[in-house]
Amino acid sequence: MKELPAEIDYWLRSKLPAAQVSSSSFRGQSRVCVDRPNIWESLRALRDDAGFDMLFELTAVDYLEYEGARDRFGIVYGLLSIDTGKRLIVKTFVNEPDLVLPTVTDLWKSADWMEREVYDMFGIVFTGHPNLKRLLLPTEFTSFPLRKDYPVKGRGERHNFPIITRAES
Amino acid sequence: MASPMNSPGVPSGLGENVLLTKLDDVANWARANSLWPMPFATACCGIELMATASSRFDLSRFGAEVMRFTPRQCDLMIVAGRVVMKMLPVLQRIWLQMPEPKWCISMGACACSGGVFDTYAVVQGVDRFLPVDIYVPGCPPRPEQLIQAVLDLQSRIKSGGTFTGKEFSLRILPEGPPRFEPDEIQRFQDRNELDLKRPTYTPEH
Ligand code: SF4
Repeated sequence: MKELPAEIDYWLRSKLPAAQVSSSSFRGQSRVCVDRPNIWESLRALRDDAGFDMLFELTAVDYLEYEGARDRFGIVYGLLSIDTGKRLIVKTFVNEPDLVLPTVTDLWKSADWMEREVYDMFGIVFTGHPNLKRLLLPTEFTSFPLRKDYPVKGRGERHNFPIITRAES
Repeated sequence: MASPMNSPGVPSGLGENVLLTKLDDVANWARANSLWPMPFATACCGIELMATASSRFDLSRFGAEVMRFTPRQCDLMIVAGRVVMKMLPVLQRIWLQMPEPKWCISMGACACSGGVFDTYAVVQGVDRFLPVDIYVPGCPPRPEQLIQAVLDLQSRIKSGGTFTGKEFSLRILPEGPPRFEPDEIQRFQDRNELDLKRPTYTPEH
């Protein structure tokens, strides 16, 4: 039997001939990279035809100044097949001017809050999401703090409050 | 308190049962010995606060064990743990809802200064935005330290308190550190590429 990523790679290529697919494996973790226009179709095919019926993770990575990286943001989908117990990491990449991806809330309901968190922290917009607003940070926050070009200590947001003196309280 | 045993005009036989004192002292005595803490426990320091109140350390020996989870019934805010920027408006609101007279203990490195969490989301010390009376250092402070803080607060109330609370109305200035540290101002300037450097002085000869 072939290794899982190679198998999935072959299978995805035959399903979606237009997609650019690459695969790798690291310490027993199977990873498949798909290009952005075909990500929704690939995930749908993986869910309906390959049995990956659970999305256990959706997150993003900022590859700014990362050695050997060609794209700015990587979006990571973690899929699990409940029947076989196999796990698969699917990745896609987006770049700075249009940080837009199709939502996968129509495939997995669990993507709802995870996509909101990715939007909150990285500013990646998921089109078609039912309620794309900030999840963790206050609504008046304006930057996306997990981007690598955002300073760790912030831009003064943590100091932007009224001071209550003892006499007026 | 002076005993008016020998004052003229006091009927004999009443002398030893009468005390003269100031209204301020009576109020301070009552306030200091029945502090009602509001446990604003947001992180690991809260565990130590619970230990302080429970039987091994027993804060009730000092009359401050009745923790109430509504600010309307409390007069001592114990901020135990880090406060993030989303929580600070809540903290300020709870503080404003507490009835006078009220005091605030900032417990632990995080509440006092942000501790190791020098990030965009963590407020670098609640004293920047709230009036704090007693600071308790430590990460987390031992329960004995918190008990000591309560005792310090009691002696402070007893020594300086007034019936009308006019010692509070004098504190009209912010008491915490300034909002921005010098290195933060430097980073703002760097980010905005402002050239505010001092001109260098070159002697003519
Ligand atoms: S001071 Fe230490 S124990 Fe207290 S909240 Fe901070 S990290 Fe936790």
